[in-house]
Amino acid sequence: MKRMTRVASLAAVAALALTACSSAPEEETTTAEETSAATDFTACMVSDSGGFEDKSFNQSGAEGLDQAVADLGIEEIKVESSAETDFTPNIDSLVQQDCNLIIGVGFLLEDPIQAAAEANPDINFALVDSSFSAPDFSPLTIDNAKPLLFNTQEASFLAGYAAAGMSKTGTVATFGGIQLPSVSIFMDGFADGVAQYNTDSGTAVKVLGWDKAAQTGSFTGDFENQANGQNLAQGFIDQGADVIMPVAGPVGLGAAAAAKAAGNVMIVGVDADWFDTAPDYSDIILTSVIKKIGQSVVDAVTQAVEGNFSSDPYVGTLENGGVDIAPFHSFEATVPAELVTKLDELKASIISGDLVVESESQN
Amino acid sequence: MSQPIAPERTQPAAGRTRGQQALHEMLASNWLATVLAVVLALVLSGVLIAAADKAVQETATYLFARPGDFFGAVWTSVSSAYVALFQGSIVDTSASTLTRMIRPITETMTVSIPLIFAGLGLGIGFRAGLFNIGAQGQIILGAVFAGYVGFTFDLPPVVHVVLAVVAAAIGGGLWAGIAGVLKARTGANEVIVTIMLNNIAVYLVAFLLTTTAFQRGDSNNPISPPLNSNSLFPLLLGSGFRLHAGFLLALATAVGVWWLMNRSTIGFQFRAVGSNPNAARVAGISVNAAYVWVMVVAGALAGLGGAAQVLGTEKVLTAGVAASFGFDAITVALLGRSKPLGTVLAGLLFGALRAGGFAMQARTGTPIDIVLVVQSLIVLFIAAPPLVRALFRLPAAGTEPPVLAVSPSVKEVGL
Repeated sequence: MKRMTRVASLAAVAALALTACSSAPEEETTTAEETSAATDFTACMVSDSGGFEDKSFNQSGAEGLDQAVADLGIEEIKVESSAETDFTPNIDSLVQQDCNLIIGVGFLLEDPIQAAAEANPDINFALVDSSFSAPDFSPLTIDNAKPLLFNTQEASFLAGYAAAGMSKTGTVATFGGIQLPSVSIFMDGFADGVAQYNTDSGTAVKVLGWDKAAQTGSFTGDFENQANGQNLAQGFIDQGADVIMPVAGPVGLGAAAAAKAAGNVMIVGVDADWFDTAPDYSDIILTSVIKKIGQSVVDAVTQAVEGNFSSDPYVGTLENGGVDIAPFHSFEATVPAELVTKLDELKASIISGDLVVESESQN
Repeated sequence: MSQPIAPERTQPAAGRTRGQQALHEMLASNWLATVLAVVLALVLSGVLIAAADKAVQETATYLFARPGDFFGAVWTSVSSAYVALFQGSIVDTSASTLTRMIRPITETMTVSIPLIFAGLGLGIGFRAGLFNIGAQGQIILGAVFAGYVGFTFDLPPVVHVVLAVVAAAIGGGLWAGIAGVLKARTGANEVIVTIMLNNIAVYLVAFLLTTTAFQRGDSNNPISPPLNSNSLFPLLLGSGFRLHAGFLLALATAVGVWWLMNRSTIGFQFRAVGSNPNAARVAGISVNAAYVWVMVVAGALAGLGGAAQVLGTEKVLTAGVAASFGFDAITVALLGRSKPLGTVLAGLLFGALRAGGFAMQARTGTPIDIVLVVQSLIVLFIAAPPLVRALFRLPAAGTEPPVLAVSPSVKEVGL
């Protein structure tokens, strides 16, 4: 036994020594000073309890901040929350770090961001996915706080329309991770898009997994467990669905796996263009509903650095490109030309305001 | 006749299951081992902090060419992380105003409140031989009851907050009482029942927050309306601090629990059942009734922790209002050896780790998960007293009087 330990420790030391043999780098003294001298602006971000590696909105927000830091040469501090009770202390510690702009990701941070904004009028704040409200629930504008909102239902309406148009079985499906407004807003638009297709072409395409009128539907219960996504999607496939939109972050990859195994089933991605972010499934991604949280963060940071920060909410729409649907990529050749034309018309009429897509979850 | 008695002789202690025996051993670990467990956990976490640090990783590749860089980087990363932990939890020596300077210690106290409440409750259960894992669910139920009373009704000052606190105790007590009744009536294992009740509580609060009664105005976000100001605990140090009267209530409750367990008949019965249920039964104590009441009292205390969260710290009910306090409280109770004073001190230590973790993350970029690692390592060392004793070559200390008698030195230090 002792011998074994000795051999093992010798091996460990040898391994360490081997990796530690490379030569020391030259001293560098100049670069760090130059970058920090560019500007002394510090942009900070607090995640919600999902953390920055959630492959969903926290991650999009963090990528936006990283982008802004690279573009503008500013400093950043990112702090993760592991529970909802972490929000207030995290924001407070960022205030202590002399942040110029503090961005909260997710509607759960509404109250803590609002309280911090009112207590620290000299610091700018931004909040993703929620606006602010007074104690009597009426909308509230805070001079140093900017809501970053998204009319996601406009883009998912187009995706629903396209899904209905591409379905051969006459059944499409959607499901969410947890029933939150930022999730069900996707599902509302999707259901409305299918309904619009049925009205336009006299078909009766069914939507499984979401009832917009009753605001009830299928949810896997979290944003982590891909097996649940796979099982739920398999259930929809068994009921005849051949286009599925999973609104559940990484759980959606489970649905994609089920779709790929079934063959002939297409997936509508969410948040980012899944043709790029989920290359394993690029041949079954019909399109994606893109929500550019990162871009909204870059814009907010840029405004703050340039001194143009305002409390006007940023609202991502089809018109300003804050939300959009991705190109058909693999299905470019299979999507009928009249469907593409119709989608373009619908997009134009949503942008012009002739067609209004509504969602209860809209801010 | 002799047959039913024979198997009992082979058991570790008459009338105890293996789980109860393990629990008993954990509680019997002495103070020195407890302190050493905390120190060991901090040292090991230091290794992890250094390993996760980018500068350390870079300098490690040329360790032999310039070892000073490596050890300098290790020192910088670990010391700055622990300095930030200190500044975020005790006194912020870098702050410019007095308020900011003493705020960290008040944050530590604030965060410790639910831990102390739930830890006191769990401690009573542990001493009565019940391994109650359900503090998380009991905190949630307490928070739901307190929150509902807080934002639904419009009552005069004092009356409102008292009513909300009582509601929280009832909510937590009822929830834990389910496990107590099942244990007493059917012999259902309280560990499994309380864990399952935790899950039910998590989904229950998530469901309630989708109903209009628990949502604000026309928004359908799963977050309750802010609580009526009359239902809130008063702030102790003004608006610059989050510290509220819940802390005083927690301290008073600790004294109450001490009285209950050490001076009252009920407490004596609880302890008797914990020491040896068979002997307690023979002595005329109703063991089943004790199980139910232990769980109800433990749940009521955890429920008060939930009240402290919604009525004091958060001022709103969300699905995450209990964070992981119910699970952390298990460690707090074990670390405090289930005694009220120990629980208060352990609660403050964990409050400090949590409060300091935020500053550590913001100032040095150390992942907040490291705090979880420190806590988990503490549990690990507490759960394995022989390991700590072996590492520090302490003589074996235990519950059996003969063992204690041969190690008087440990006993002195330990007490």
